[in-house]
Amino acid sequence: MVEPHDDAPPTTSKRSGKRSGAGEQAAAELVEHKGDTLIGRSVTINRARDELYAVWRDFGNLPRFLDNVERVDVIDDRRSHWVVKAPGGKTVEWDAVITQEQPGEMIAWASTEGAEVPNSGRIDFRDVGGRGTVVSATIVYDPPAGFIGKVIAKMFQREPAIQARRDLRRFKQLMETGEIATAARTREMLGKEKD
Amino acid sequence: MRALTWHGKHDVRIETVDDPEILNPRDAIIKISSTAICGSDLHLYDGYIPTMQAGDILGHEFMGEVVEVGAGSTLRKGQRVVVPFTIACGNCYHCGKQQYSACDNGNPADNQDIAQTLYGHPMSGLFGYSHMTGGYAGGQAEFVRVPFSDVGPIVVPEGVEDDRVLFLSDILPTGWQAAEYAQIEPGDTVAVWGCGPVGLFSVQSAFLMGAERVIAIDHFPHRLELAKRFGAETINFEESQTYEALMEMTGGIGPDACIDAVGLEAHGFFVDNIIDQIKASTFLGTDRTHSIRQAIIACRKGGRVSMPAVYGGFVDKFPLGAFMEKGLTLRTGQTHVQRYLPALLNAIMEGKIDTTFLISHRLPLEQAPEGYRMFHDKQDEVTKVVLKPGLDRIAA
Ligand SMILES: NC(=O)c1ccc[n+]([C@@H]2O[C@H](COP(=O)([O-])OP(=O)(O)OC[C@H]3O[C@@H](n4cnc5c(N)ncnc54)[C@H](O)[C@@H]3O)[C@@H](O)[C@H]2O)c1
Ligand SMILES: [Zn+2]
Ligand SMILES: [Zn+2]
Repeated sequence: MVEPHDDAPPTTSKRSGKRSGAGEQAAAELVEHKGDTLIGRSVTINRARDELYAVWRDFGNLPRFLDNVERVDVIDDRRSHWVVKAPGGKTVEWDAVITQEQPGEMIAWASTEGAEVPNSGRIDFRDVGGRGTVVSATIVYDPPAGFIGKVIAKMFQREPAIQARRDLRRFKQLMETGEIATAARTREMLGKEKD
Repeated sequence: MRALTWHGKHDVRIETVDDPEILNPRDAIIKISSTAICGSDLHLYDGYIPTMQAGDILGHEFMGEVVEVGAGSTLRKGQRVVVPFTIACGNCYHCGKQQYSACDNGNPADNQDIAQTLYGHPMSGLFGYSHMTGGYAGGQAEFVRVPFSDVGPIVVPEGVEDDRVLFLSDILPTGWQAAEYAQIEPGDTVAVWGCGPVGLFSVQSAFLMGAERVIAIDHFPHRLELAKRFGAETINFEESQTYEALMEMTGGIGPDACIDAVGLEAHGFFVDNIIDQIKASTFLGTDRTHSIRQAIIACRKGGRVSMPAVYGGFVDKFPLGAFMEKGLTLRTGQTHVQRYLPALLNAIMEGKIDTTFLISHRLPLEQAPEGYRMFHDKQDEVTKVVLKPGLDRIAA
């Protein structure tokens, strides 16, 4: 029997975002295994690959466009500490380590042992002639039950792929236009938007 | 500041709200000197456009004086500018192709989801036109925050009155793009549905682009009269049967190009229209599309249909068969305003295009709700209302 197989990315599988069948192997190649919920999004950014890579590789920049990430402390060249917003003004935190990287092309990371929300991901940068760079984010995580599960639901706005898409759009806006678009009218309104 | 806010169907108010501030480097704050009510605003006023929120400031046709600039703006304080209704970044792939209303970055990230779901792709941000297009505060106010002010606004030469250039913000480029999309060839006959501002500017533009005849269709005598002034022949759809008249007036061929400048609020007692109207009031139903159906049926074989008119949702009974069998071409879209500004400003300065004929009423901003009511109820005589924050109160 030939396995049903096509060229679409595993993250677009009809099987409800879970890795399964043909997708499973492809996803396993993408990232270290840290859970079984897989999301993936790509965006095309009209800037050079190296420039985009450099901004992303400096994890301290990420909270500017990753909406739910409050802070990333860079510990050393490979390790970082993540502080992520949770409901009720609380936060969830974990350490992450870079598991693989190819300068200008890709960065892969995974949470370390004992993280409340085991997760891993990778970001890829690929040239597209004349249109800049395709940036693809792939994240695998293990949403726990109970309170933390709710935190995660909020973190990814229930539809994890939607949050990823919004974050990538903000990254694109920042890199293409130098700023992140807002419809706010006053600083006060802008402040509320960011909460 | 004072501003015109939306609160629901046929409920707009003048209220005091916080002044806008510079939030991003490329922003500018404009002090409004003139701002117009548009046919598109009537779609909001009539409650046809989803994702509106109580308190939203309306207005996407405006101009004024630069009073504050961010570090990345190329404008200077004191300059007078007209602002395009489409908010475009100037940096993305689409802006690079001058497809400004398809800008990837003009719409805030979170507000792009609705259009991505409904249309497959998010479009650019628009001023004062629902949260699907960004949720930006509009210009029917004393001040407005203009993002990407180094790309959109066009500086107006000294001494040129507002009334001559205000319509560069939307309806003049919209009429021009509509005619351009009709791909007019010398000798062509062009039919234009709707003699509102967009239709009337389409008539003018079609002649400038070499149309031999333009046939304008509406049911308001005064508006048809204005079309006639520019050399158009007219059909009053309450007096005559539009399809039959078009066929007879073109020797059985049909117009070479048809422009739908009516949109989702087509008037008239047509069966398809009434069914559409009932469904449209639920948002998920269909837009009222009588004019575009008729344009497709009347258009000659192999002809072009241009549709500046706004539609927001789904359509029933779209004559897809006629469209295919006759091999028609359809071009449409929100206007890429920035693309046309320099050339159209020149045409105005050289006296080739006059826009002032259109303005029937000038009111102070404080009387904006009255302006909406008039524009809505008395379309025949009220062709365009311009609001001026500085003006003294006028007795109705
Ligand atoms: N594409 C764009 O970027 C863009 C920009 C501005 C406006 N618009 C749209 O263009 C359309 C026209 O705008 P406007 O300001 O001229 O509006 P308007 O309401 O002033 O004019 C519409 C005219 O159409 C006439 N009409 C109604 N039913 C008709 C029918 N069945 N046949 C012929 N005529 C009919 C009306 O009597 C009216 O005179 C609107 O849908 C508006 O939203 C699009
Ligand atoms: Zn308009
Ligand atoms: Zn753009």
